Amino acid sequence: MSADADTRSVTEVRPGATQDGPAVARRGAFRDRLRRDWPLLVMATPMLVLVTGFWWIPALGNVIAFQDYNPFTGGILGSPIIGFTNFAQLFGDPQFIRAVVNTLGITAFQLVFYFPVPIALALLLNSVVSGRLRALVQGIVYLPHFFSWVLVVAIFQQMFGGAGLLAQILRDHGHSGIDWMTNSDTFILLVTAETVWKDAGWGTIVFLAALSTIDPNLYEAAAVDGARRWRRMWHITLPGLRPVIVLLLILRLGDALNVGFEQFMLQRSAVGSKVSEVFDTFVYWSGLRTGDLGYGAAAGLFKGLVGLVLILAANRVAHALGERGVYSRS
Amino acid sequence: MSRKKVSGLAPWEEPGSVAGRIGKGGALALIVLAVLLPLYTIVLTSLSSAETVNRVGGLVLVPDGITLDAYRQIFSDSVVSRAVLVSTGVTVVGTAVSLGVSVLGAYALSRPGTLFHRPILFCVLLMFVFFPGLIPTYLMVASLGLKDSYWSLILPSAVSAFNIVVLRAFFMNIPHELLDSARIDGAGEFRILWRIVLPLSKAVTAVIGLFYAVGYWNAWFNATLFIDDTRKWPLALILRQYVVDSNPLPTATVGVSGFGQVAPPTLAIKMAIVAIAVLPALLIYPFVQRHFTKGVIIGAIKG
Repeated sequence: MSADADTRSVTEVRPGATQDGPAVARRGAFRDRLRRDWPLLVMATPMLVLVTGFWWIPALGNVIAFQDYNPFTGGILGSPIIGFTNFAQLFGDPQFIRAVVNTLGITAFQLVFYFPVPIALALLLNSVVSGRLRALVQGIVYLPHFFSWVLVVAIFQQMFGGAGLLAQILRDHGHSGIDWMTNSDTFILLVTAETVWKDAGWGTIVFLAALSTIDPNLYEAAAVDGARRWRRMWHITLPGLRPVIVLLLILRLGDALNVGFEQFMLQRSAVGSKVSEVFDTFVYWSGLRTGDLGYGAAAGLFKGLVGLVLILAANRVAHALGERGVYSRS
Repeated sequence: MSRKKVSGLAPWEEPGSVAGRIGKGGALALIVLAVLLPLYTIVLTSLSSAETVNRVGGLVLVPDGITLDAYRQIFSDSVVSRAVLVSTGVTVVGTAVSLGVSVLGAYALSRPGTLFHRPILFCVLLMFVFFPGLIPTYLMVASLGLKDSYWSLILPSAVSAFNIVVLRAFFMNIPHELLDSARIDGAGEFRILWRIVLPLSKAVTAVIGLFYAVGYWNAWFNATLFIDDTRKWPLALILRQYVVDSNPLPTATVGVSGFGQVAPPTLAIKMAIVAIAVLPALLIYPFVQRHFTKGVIIGAIKG
């Protein structure tokens, strides 16, 4: 595949990339264009320096995944190349298998128990008659999106931990306390609840925008024809939302290997690695904690490449369904 | 928003049933409560005296005497106040760097057909689809000698491809007649960006700035990775150590003289640290929030 084909396949995927900006003549000798455009190149330079330093060089640094990397004796140039040994070892590592299974399990679980929540919340908000009340509730439910994961974990601990509010209330009423923060059996429920609390409100934005584009005349016509509330929701609102829902679902599947990094790092010691090991935590613990950097890099590279394939496939499916693959989580 | 309901129901709309309206109101109240109750009890506990907290046996739900003791203790202890300072500094400098680099980069990318436009755009868009990996990034930061430097909390995460694409989409929608006429009048690109493009993009720049600032203030993992020196810890690390894990603060090893006395991790002090961590988001949020509803983000996402 030529570099040009690469550019095209990626630019198609993103918003604005194929838009026509102000027309600028493409003609002219290189020197003329340089004389005209050099200020733009100067402007792009800081960005390019950072992208080179913290994207390109680390991306190429992934060669250590194919090395028996030792930072002290060989470094990146002197360490022996061992081919795919690290990768072979990876697929025989029970902890890696566990990380893969946990990651996919959590993605699947949250697809069922998190994904519909913002949609339901958006429908609820949209049905609020008073505009002022709606704006107020929106403002409140967006808020936790801006809290850090450390904060969210701390808040959940204070609510549902062994010394938390719920345990305290239960004890006051003569029950035994609970501690959901260290219970590995309910961990998947806990992380999903945290995700709902933090991001479900923010997630409504895109659905509320889609709801606002539905033609109100459709509702009126349906009402005149005798369709009541629930029928209107079923036959007008939900079909109106369908393109957005399908698109976000596809893109979520393209992002299936990401279940949240800090959230799991923070709680790994409390519930144990058996249920909380995911792709990213595995990379950290296998590479940086045990010091086998080449091995950890192999796990990271594997995740990056599978993720790349999934994202490109998801965008292709979105295009095939006539959608622009526009929405991406940063 | 085409379906304005401010004045109430449309004439053809039947009023909801009583049960339906109660159910809806109850659901909304529950949702709002789920967000606000934890914040309320945390702030209230941080403002309560040690006796009150002891008597209740945990988080305080009913106010019983307000005191600033916990905050006074925190700020007389050098560890937390230093961490607040570090987090503030990293957030301010980081946001300035990120916003500057992103605005310049997005403007440079806002005119297709200019020199090297496609390769540069390609570089930025690649960041969307592939993450180079934790370990190579770590090694890069280490080999630049940035470990234990505040720059390690800023530079690796300074550029977000998403934010650049949002800004760029916005800049591209500015009528180019405006820019062309300025150019005919002899304005250079920097002048056009500063005098015309930025003033027209205040809202989107504010929102992107908020995104960056929130990212820096909240970042925890980069600091665990790159900052070993406890004197340089940002607030997020203190939160983790002291509030989540209930470990003692590292003052003893820091050896800052004069403030050797570490506050015992009482619940009120823990909650005061949580409240301090929440505060910036709460303060800035009302000013930027209206821009979300104006559809800045949606407009940009839709391209």
